[in-house]
Amino acid sequence: MGSPPVRDIDVSVLRDTVSRLLVEANYNIPVDILDALRDAAVREESPIGRRTLEQLVRNYEIAAAERVPVCQDSGLAVVMLEVGQDVHWVGGSLQDAIYEGIREGTTSGYLRWSVTGDPTRMLQTAGGDTPGVIHLDLVPGAEVKITVASKGFGAENMSALKMFVPADGVPAITRFVIETVDRAGANACPPIVVGVGIGGTFETAALLAKKAVLRPIDVRNGRPDLCRLEHDLLARVNDLGIGPQGLGGRVTALAVNIEVYPTHIAGLPVAVNLGCHSTRRISATL
Amino acid sequence: MSVVQLNFSEGVSDADLDRLRAGDSVELTGRVLSLRDASAARLARALESGEPPPVSLENKILYAVGPSPPKPGQIIGSAGPTTTARMARFFPALFAAGVCGIIGKGELHGDEMAPFVTHRAVYFAAIGGLGALLARQISSATVVAYDDLGPEALIAIEIHTFPAVVIVDRHGGNFHEAARARWRRTK
Repeated sequence: MGSPPVRDIDVSVLRDTVSRLLVEANYNIPVDILDALRDAAVREESPIGRRTLEQLVRNYEIAAAERVPVCQDSGLAVVMLEVGQDVHWVGGSLQDAIYEGIREGTTSGYLRWSVTGDPTRMLQTAGGDTPGVIHLDLVPGAEVKITVASKGFGAENMSALKMFVPADGVPAITRFVIETVDRAGANACPPIVVGVGIGGTFETAALLAKKAVLRPIDVRNGRPDLCRLEHDLLARVNDLGIGPQGLGGRVTALAVNIEVYPTHIAGLPVAVNLGCHSTRRISATL
Repeated sequence: MSVVQLNFSEGVSDADLDRLRAGDSVELTGRVLSLRDASAARLARALESGEPPPVSLENKILYAVGPSPPKPGQIIGSAGPTTTARMARFFPALFAAGVCGIIGKGELHGDEMAPFVTHRAVYFAAIGGLGALLARQISSATVVAYDDLGPEALIAIEIHTFPAVVIVDRHGGNFHEAARARWRRTK
């Protein structure tokens, strides 16, 4: 049995794909979210909430038609790669190609340079010198799936992580999710998408929460008990009364998505990553 | 739903601000100055060290926004509000220098709201994530100071029938808090 053939992919293809996806993500929000907002604009009970949702839908229609960013905060670009283990990158550095793609997309798409080089602000650096965040998963095969998300920081700032203990269990997870959404209120730009990551280590929980918030909102967790928990958490979050933009109403969140991973017998890490109503994500496969 | 027109093209009228009530839907017309984390910090630092601000803040309304770059032919790029609470610590200095209102997004509570009460300032929330639509309500945008801050520069912006909701009025109202209480289902 011979080794599987290695597939060469030039990093310039990745660069161009990242650039294109970044622009498209900022001009067109995902169809599942737009559909959910249209649906919410009908079922929301609060009049000011309905009017707000109608304006959001109108904003997305204008952005798509005029090809302009849906929001001035075109976000911190998060690039998630699922790289087939039989892929061999040629033509340069993978990381440089992704950064270059983000720079190109930001420039050609008239997106805002929203990144500061020094998070401490002790150095006087201009924006745009470290343009994105990269997550890499190795998977079987010879294909590459690229997901580009533009993560706005109104919602990102209201996210939270907590290390519970096993005895805390599902009641603690439930309380933590509700408290996080309640504290975020209007600041996270509701109606929001709630991504919950449970398990692994400290950083696994955060990454799971990111993957959860970026999962399409019409896809439920495949485990029936977790699917039920998603529905239960969504109902409870929507009982908070925050409503669209915190102006009061029933539609505070469009979905609660949960992702899990095995963890230590002594632990229960839980992360809650919030996404605004324009949770921008788009994928392509090479 | 009735909409209150607030036109401050000829300056902000004290009586007009008095009439506003938390929860009023308004359309704002007039000249505002942009506010961002970096520009607010720099402005507050200047004021606290006794320097004059680069532009007068007397009777001004500030808009928490960092627009995206304009495409060719556009006046401004997408230009929706950013989270007001991030800049709350600078409000006492800005209000003392004459600022009478803030347009932004998100909630203000406790210490974040207190300077509004002290200085009788009004907080208007525009809809977050409405950047493409709100850009249509803007007729001019000119950088007036802090050009080096890029999207966080101080920009004079003319807004026209710009939709917002009064959140903090001059009579102790906080519409976000009232709205939550009205719609919350407690268990």
